[in-house]
Amino acid sequence: MLMRRLIPCLDVVRGRVTKGVRFRDNVELGDPVEIARRYYEDGCDELVVYDITASAEHRATDLAMVARVARAVHVPFAVGGGISGVPDMARVLDAGAEKVSVNSLAVQRPEIIREGARAFGSQCVVLGLDAARTDNRVACPSGYEVTIRGFRERTGRDAVEWARQAAELGAGEVVVNAVDADGTREGYELTITRLIAEAVPIPVVASGGAGRAEHLRDAFITAKADAAIVAGILHTGRTTLARLKAELAALGVPVRS
Amino acid sequence: MITIVDYQAGNLTSVKWALEELGHPACVTSNPAAVIAAERLIFPGVGAAGAAMRHLRERGLADALRDAAAAGVPLLGICLGMQILFERSEEDGGVETLGLLPGTVRRFRPSHPRDKVPHMGWNRVRWVRPHPLLEGLPNEMCFYFVHSYYVRPARPEVTLGLTDYADESFCAAAAADNLLATQFHIEKSGPAGLMLLDRFARWDGHAPPPRGEAAGC
Repeated sequence: MLMRRLIPCLDVVRGRVTKGVRFRDNVELGDPVEIARRYYEDGCDELVVYDITASAEHRATDLAMVARVARAVHVPFAVGGGISGVPDMARVLDAGAEKVSVNSLAVQRPEIIREGARAFGSQCVVLGLDAARTDNRVACPSGYEVTIRGFRERTGRDAVEWARQAAELGAGEVVVNAVDADGTREGYELTITRLIAEAVPIPVVASGGAGRAEHLRDAFITAKADAAIVAGILHTGRTTLARLKAELAALGVPVRS
Repeated sequence: MITIVDYQAGNLTSVKWALEELGHPACVTSNPAAVIAAERLIFPGVGAAGAAMRHLRERGLADALRDAAAAGVPLLGICLGMQILFERSEEDGGVETLGLLPGTVRRFRPSHPRDKVPHMGWNRVRWVRPHPLLEGLPNEMCFYFVHSYYVRPARPEVTLGLTDYADESFCAAAAADNLLATQFHIEKSGPAGLMLLDRFARWDGHAPPPRGEAAGC
């Protein structure tokens, strides 16, 4: 049986890891490589690094940073931000990442998923899906809408339908970021996570809202997620990966110790 | 010096960085003469068996690897590199592979949608027989996997470790003479993977022959 994965997420702004409700009130935390290394030593199963200002600044992903992270951690990691096509994906993978995450780009040009999967294999292509609750049940029967550009822009597309389409195009994994839960520490958005987990044949990663071990258990068991992103509660030192894993093991969740 | 074989099948960087962290000098080559002359070989691999074998044959690396293995050079095959050490893969409509170990490679065919393919993530490996590389290790350890195909050794005694997935107990690690093969990514499996990689990097390539009655895959 596969272990449930805990994945710390590093949001990098101008070369520094930041925290906060994403894209707002960012507080600088430090060097991405040092922080990645600390989480590696503390037992992270995987890592995600988002170069979150790359696209806004019209530049490609910071490859020097990706290469330094690759040298420091010996578990898989994904990189997102600043990807505009297959050549960018190739550069990120060559720099030592295992996976590339696409988000707004894939919404605008879904073919990028197929192209990436053909070139590198599905396991290298992660869809980042930013979902927000909506009352527009006509366009979005699931009650959740896809947003882009860091939750700033609504698309009118149904989140579950988009996840299903992305999986058919060849995405190997989907990270479900829920705007309504992001940064709250009150638990993951279980409804949309589960709807997507039941709709796609690929692993689903819950993201946004982790406050304590029970929230992760709920994401894994109630919402059927295969993995969960953890950020704020680690960055602030409120808990550690080792402690979360011990608590999850005690709650009956299979985790790598 | 450890020689990493480059045959256009995936990312070698992570193997290089893992060895660097352990303090083992390594070089990357696609030159058959350098493979034959190597003291120790790592044969990684991500991607499809058909394309990989084509590259290996075209560059003369298939014969070089066979020669090095026959000369007793310690050789580690990782992921697709493990699968290619066996005789035949059903990937890409059927591919003849190196045949250094007897057995075939087949695709997972899960009966339950819960078991997704590829098998991706951390899973337990249960060691099924003693080997110098495993001395003093716990009976079960977690490693990182990403694969859709797995090996079925024709001689079950080459199996070193088993992993349960998709209705199978499949061969997650194999060893015979100077060969070690891991289906998991030893270089991306955290401290556990690095420890095993370090042991391989120091191994003299000798192992007592396995007894014939080990658990099968």
